[in-house]
Amino acid sequence: MTYLAKPKFHHPGLPKNELGYTHRDYEGTVSTLCAGCGHDSITGAIIQACFELAIEPHRVAKISGIGCSSKTPTYFLGNSHGFNSVHGRMPSVLTGANLANRDLIYLGVSGDGDSASIGLGQFAHCLRRGVNMTYIVENNGVYGLTKGQFSATADRGSKSKRGVTNTDNSIDMVAMALQLGASFVARSFSGDKEQLVPIIKAAIAHQGAAFIDVISPCVAFNNHAGSTKSFDFVREHNEAVNRLDFISTRMPIGLQQEPGTVEIVEQHDGSRIALRKLDADYEVHDRAAALGFLQHHAAKGQIVTGLLFVEKEAQDLHAHLDTVEEPLNKLGEKELCPGSAVLGQINAGLR
Amino acid sequence: MPTAAPLSRINDFVVRFANVNGSGSASANEMFARAIMRMGIPVAPRNIFPSNIQGLPTWYEVRVSEDGHLGARGGTDLMVAMNPQTFDKDIASIEPGGYLLYDSTKPYPASKFRDDITVIGVPLTAICNREYTDPRQRQLFKNIIYIGVLTALIDMDVAAVEKLITEQYKGKDKLIAPNIKALHIGRDYAILNLPHPIGLKLRKADKVGDKIFVEGNAAAALGAVYGGATVCAWYPITPSSSLADAFTKHCAKLRVDPQTKKAKYAIIQAEDELASIGMVIGAAWNGARAFTATSGPGISLMQEFIGLAYFAEIPAVIFDVQRAGPSTGMPTRTQQCDLISCAYASHGDTKHIMVFPENPAEAFEMGAQAFDLADRLQTPVFVMLDLEIGMNHHLTRPFTWDDAKVYDRGKVMTAEELEAGKDFGRYLDVDGDGIPYRTYPGTHPTKGSFFTRGTSRDRYAKYTEEGAPYVDNMQRLLRKFETAKDVVPKPLIANAAKPTKYGVLYFGSTAPAMDEAIHMIESRGHAIDRMRLRGFPFHSSVNSFVADHDFIFVVEQNRDAQMRSLIVNECGIDPVRLVPILHFDGTPITARFIAKAIGDHLDQMTMKPAKVAS
Repeated sequence: MTYLAKPKFHHPGLPKNELGYTHRDYEGTVSTLCAGCGHDSITGAIIQACFELAIEPHRVAKISGIGCSSKTPTYFLGNSHGFNSVHGRMPSVLTGANLANRDLIYLGVSGDGDSASIGLGQFAHCLRRGVNMTYIVENNGVYGLTKGQFSATADRGSKSKRGVTNTDNSIDMVAMALQLGASFVARSFSGDKEQLVPIIKAAIAHQGAAFIDVISPCVAFNNHAGSTKSFDFVREHNEAVNRLDFISTRMPIGLQQEPGTVEIVEQHDGSRIALRKLDADYEVHDRAAALGFLQHHAAKGQIVTGLLFVEKEAQDLHAHLDTVEEPLNKLGEKELCPGSAVLGQINAGLR
Repeated sequence: MPTAAPLSRINDFVVRFANVNGSGSASANEMFARAIMRMGIPVAPRNIFPSNIQGLPTWYEVRVSEDGHLGARGGTDLMVAMNPQTFDKDIASIEPGGYLLYDSTKPYPASKFRDDITVIGVPLTAICNREYTDPRQRQLFKNIIYIGVLTALIDMDVAAVEKLITEQYKGKDKLIAPNIKALHIGRDYAILNLPHPIGLKLRKADKVGDKIFVEGNAAAALGAVYGGATVCAWYPITPSSSLADAFTKHCAKLRVDPQTKKAKYAIIQAEDELASIGMVIGAAWNGARAFTATSGPGISLMQEFIGLAYFAEIPAVIFDVQRAGPSTGMPTRTQQCDLISCAYASHGDTKHIMVFPENPAEAFEMGAQAFDLADRLQTPVFVMLDLEIGMNHHLTRPFTWDDAKVYDRGKVMTAEELEAGKDFGRYLDVDGDGIPYRTYPGTHPTKGSFFTRGTSRDRYAKYTEEGAPYVDNMQRLLRKFETAKDVVPKPLIANAAKPTKYGVLYFGSTAPAMDEAIHMIESRGHAIDRMRLRGFPFHSSVNSFVADHDFIFVVEQNRDAQMRSLIVNECGIDPVRLVPILHFDGTPITARFIAKAIGDHLDQMTMKPAKVAS
């Protein structure tokens, strides 16, 4: 039904957020992806997260690369500027945009082909730099638009729809993100909105490089027996270490705190994450332990999900560069041009 | 006795230093050039260096010209041969009647030398070994000692050198006295032991005036500061790295908030050229002025992104400091060889804006102007520098800036205009100049947002694969390119004293050699009109200049006559009328080369047919 325009009217009783917007105000155009695509669930989760956070839609810049996942920014936040850039190069465009205006919220949307293959370098370097962003990889292990080739996140030994067995080792983007210094690292599943929405909210509030790997089954090319990115496989092998509730700066903590099972993680902007531990031993602030935990479970064929790591005192690229508070794109001649008198002194120094 | 009469010239000669890379000669040699400038004599130094950090041969050439001819001349009048590796070749390159200064500590057989030059030996190593015990000092002071020798040999103002030493080591004052001492060790040796001055002499003049002495890359970077660039993303590559380094230094001085001490700029050394240009495009899309600096291989890597910026209409400034290609080519040699790869960068139908500075003064002006052009035309702008301009010091007119100048941010729709209900179509040509309005992200809560993409779209930025809107958009981009013809820097014409059928087109670093060559061509009895190209697309005056002459010489520093191809292609001119004059061995083009090539052509063209017997 993707050829139908989305109706503009909506039920007058739709709930509104603090800004008076309904979730419809955070939608984009109708998705042109396949019916049942995991990516559409992630789109829904982003819409819900932004609605619940009461973000002004135009304060978000959504930037993507090329591929099915990179098409999705058209389907959410229709009042935000979007940029569908070049294959594998979303991170550099986002980094530049972020440098120009530190006041917007940057949402980078990419896929496993876009980020783990052609864009692996840019994926790595934007995390190294600590760009303040939410970087979501919609990970289905397969190239959809070009009809079903393996991507670099496809597990070794998994089978393609055509029956070919993948003999290459897979890239675990979460492990890489941890190793590269991302200050917020999570994995979730497009089929688990309850886990995904609060993770996205917490990532947006996080003042640093937040990376979320979302396993998102491809119903057209990677949802068969033998695939390790199918709905059934992910459900069966999902090893959630925690579930979380995101508590914005404005909200009181409404949870019953049970010592030992709930951990409150305070973020730099004052928001809090109430972490309900499903694995009592999992420590969310220990980068090295997280890496070990992931590898240990991956060896058993399990997919670890949840908030896997968050740095308490995260810093972003602007802090590293010590840039002015005012966005660089707001500065004019007065602030930027040293003028003719200074130029005269420069000339004098060159004789 | 020399078989050629020793050269005898005042304020008009070429000195060449042959050194070993990494031996610390560069600063001594530069001081030599600077001291001559301080004597009021125009000077043009050139660094001829290898792609190497230590050990390979390197040369520093100083052209002294009271007449102000500052292009490369070719040939060496006085060779300071300090590198045994290149000794034989260096001696062979001296002009007949020229001079050789060498380290005579180890005696050479007479067969090593030529009998048509004057050989001057100074036991530099022996002197250094006697004066200094530390090996590094022996090496470093040797450079200053030979400068001291030269002050006596060519009548150089020793006070000017002493002053430069004092300036150079300001803050490291301990080094001043030993350097001045070394200078005098050399000078005193020459005064006591050598005939001096030689036939090549300096005499104080007043031909420098208020000119400044600066490298093109530093000037271009200063242009970027004045032009309002706030984001620089770059990847190290010779010969452009010093542009980004200079921007960093300028910003640290000129762009720090006096109260908070925070930076009004952001500089990222990216992971590669793809990321550099990606960051530039992201920043410019978001309303900041952004640039990258690179060279040919970087341009090749940026192709896909440049096409995106063209098609999605995002400003970007790219400083291309050209070096000899193709591939890695000769990374430390100069050429003008990226014209076509920049003019038509990326797949599909694309055309880009280029500007061609001739020297550091223009590199500063065009370096600033490029940001206005990029914002006005919403497209990538290439500032076409080369190694010759970028990495050498040039004596150039001083930088100027008009404080009344306001940046041209181009067509940007504001929140107020959107609120007032002004129609916003991102790719809608409301003014007929092919340039649409854009909005910066975050402008208005409900109006003016759009999706930027490299895919086809309609006038309101809505995705479409329909043929008609695609063609409509591509035609508009051509209209915009037409608009650019009157916006980019216009060519400059210098007509010959008498009417002529011949013209010459040239651009960039060829300018000083061309200006000198014109006199040489005239002295062969030919008249020729000159046009210096400064921007692409070509202004209509380029067409008329070609139309007004029977034959046009197109002088450029590449093998394939790339500028000539652009003229043929863009102006629809019969190639027969454009005679290529090509210099592409990696050295800067010389007046001698141009004058000979054009002069020989003109001799043939103007040859009168022999009288036919009746």
